[in-house]
Amino acid sequence: MTDYLAARRSADSLELALKGEWRALRLQEIGAELGALELSGVHEITISTEDLVLLDLSSAWRLREFIVAAEHAGITVSFRGARPEQLQVLDDALARDAFQPPGAQVHESIIEPVTDLGRYVVRAAHDARAGLAFLGRVALAMFRAAGSLKRLRPTSIARHVYDTGVQAIPIVALIAFLISVIIAFLSAQQLQRFGAEIFVVDLVTIGVLRELGVLLTAVIVAGRSGSAFAAEIGTMCLNEEVDALYAMGADPYELLVVPRLLGLMIALPLLTVIADAIGLAGGAILCRFLLDIPLTQYLNRVSEAIGAWNFWVGVMKAPVFAVLIALAGTYRGLQVSGSSRELGRLTTVAVVQSIFVVILADALFAVLFMEINI
Amino acid sequence: MPEEARVILEVRGIVNRFGAQVVHNGLNMQVFAEDVFGIVGGSGAGKSVLLRTILGLQQPQSGTVLIGGRDLGQLTDAELRAVKADYGVTFQSGALYTSLTVLQNVQFPMIEHLQLPAQALDELAMLKIRLVGLPADAAGKYPAQLSGGMVKRAALARALALDPQLLFLDEPTSGLDPIGAAAFDELLQHLHRELRLTVIMITHDLDSIFRNCNRVGVIVDTRMEVDTLARIVDHPNPWIQAYFHGERAQAREASYGA
Repeated sequence: MTDYLAARRSADSLELALKGEWRALRLQEIGAELGALELSGVHEITISTEDLVLLDLSSAWRLREFIVAAEHAGITVSFRGARPEQLQVLDDALARDAFQPPGAQVHESIIEPVTDLGRYVVRAAHDARAGLAFLGRVALAMFRAAGSLKRLRPTSIARHVYDTGVQAIPIVALIAFLISVIIAFLSAQQLQRFGAEIFVVDLVTIGVLRELGVLLTAVIVAGRSGSAFAAEIGTMCLNEEVDALYAMGADPYELLVVPRLLGLMIALPLLTVIADAIGLAGGAILCRFLLDIPLTQYLNRVSEAIGAWNFWVGVMKAPVFAVLIALAGTYRGLQVSGSSRELGRLTTVAVVQSIFVVILADALFAVLFMEINI
Repeated sequence: MPEEARVILEVRGIVNRFGAQVVHNGLNMQVFAEDVFGIVGGSGAGKSVLLRTILGLQQPQSGTVLIGGRDLGQLTDAELRAVKADYGVTFQSGALYTSLTVLQNVQFPMIEHLQLPAQALDELAMLKIRLVGLPADAAGKYPAQLSGGMVKRAALARALALDPQLLFLDEPTSGLDPIGAAAFDELLQHLHRELRLTVIMITHDLDSIFRNCNRVGVIVDTRMEVDTLARIVDHPNPWIQAYFHGERAQAREASYGA
């Protein structure tokens, strides 16, 4: 019935014969068998270990718990033969210092909202100052790099143009195509009621070129490359690679931040142009097949709608968005320290913040361009 | 060594190739119960690849690994899981989970394999932490807050979490100062004596080999020469001669008078 012990009761004494393999992996069963013993009225327990094949430390610990509890209840516990040496090991280890499980300090901050608020403010102030210092360092590194081609590291920039730009073309093109089709379809449904289908072309042209082309491209790039920047640099921080750079007298800002910044500033405007072109193509296809507007008429209408500024307004915003995305990604990457959880947290923060600042900047641009009437 | 020594780990005819590079070509080794077995070899000789092969992290081109007489290649997932609970491993850089405290690191294998109440987990984990000689306040710290020696000890505590009979140590004393390394060796001997562990350790540290190991396997030319420590030092292979009787070895012998 029982696998690990055989109990024999006689009047007020209990004989326990331990048997089988007492292993950590069977701790639950062993504990259950020990717990099931009826100890009321028992004054004396004799434990024999002749049939015991194996007793490891964890199960010895369980046995020790049992003995301590029994002795606490006033029962005399003795061993027939030698006391298992594992118990001696435990006694030695437990004697070294008093038992004090850690982790009591965790909940303090929940109880103390005031200190919590204070900590938050202090941390925010630190964060703001660190951000400012980061901007300063990047500006300084840019200034120095501008002086010589070697410090500008063109190969590194080229790599980042490839990673953030060329590699992103398929997804950017696909999204641009789908978005322009959606706008065209939505506006066609509304404008058809007034017989003003031709204005679908204006809406697609202005919508894609001015706002959606660049904005969606920037959001995709923030998701793809902002996270990659943060994760790549963050891992380097965890591996002490960034410390190694400092120790060699190399400037991590010049080596890690500036090439990514410049690479993205080149890649994002080019991606925007591709997104614009694909977006217009998508509009053309929808107009041709849904509204029966022939291609020549579509192109004429586009060149009228495009005006002097619509294309440039979109493209001009791209390098600014690129700077924001690259700064957010690299800044959060360089903040990583200590643990892999930090890496995940800061990568998330990098993406969320870069998307947020891109949209915020886009709103500011909209106000600015309205003010100067372009 | 007792006559009826039980084979705990056996490696038969392991072949590992990476492209044109042959790392192991028909490597054999046997480890008996309660051995402290040292694996030695030059940089790039394939010590870590061998360990990864034994642990099942690396699939060899051919050959078999038997732990406790069971062929790892023939086991079902559930059986493999049971075998993995039977051995503990420490990795070269500790490989502690950085987002968990030391206590949580030690509890991790227990939570995976045992069903125990939280208090029992705490006490058992604290027991292991104290067993490896870490102060109690180290339990609440994160790996990033520990010194190199403490990381090694914490990794050992995690490896001992399930009271394995077999312990794999990858360079347990590398990166420690001689005093720290000697203390670690002493701890290892203590645990080996008290818990009757079988230990397989990869090491470069001659002192550590002479202090701990009773048998040594040297990887030379894609194969392994295995013998007792006393006999392997007289092996005629030139690399083994250079390893045990080179300049550093002689300096060691001079200083210890060994």
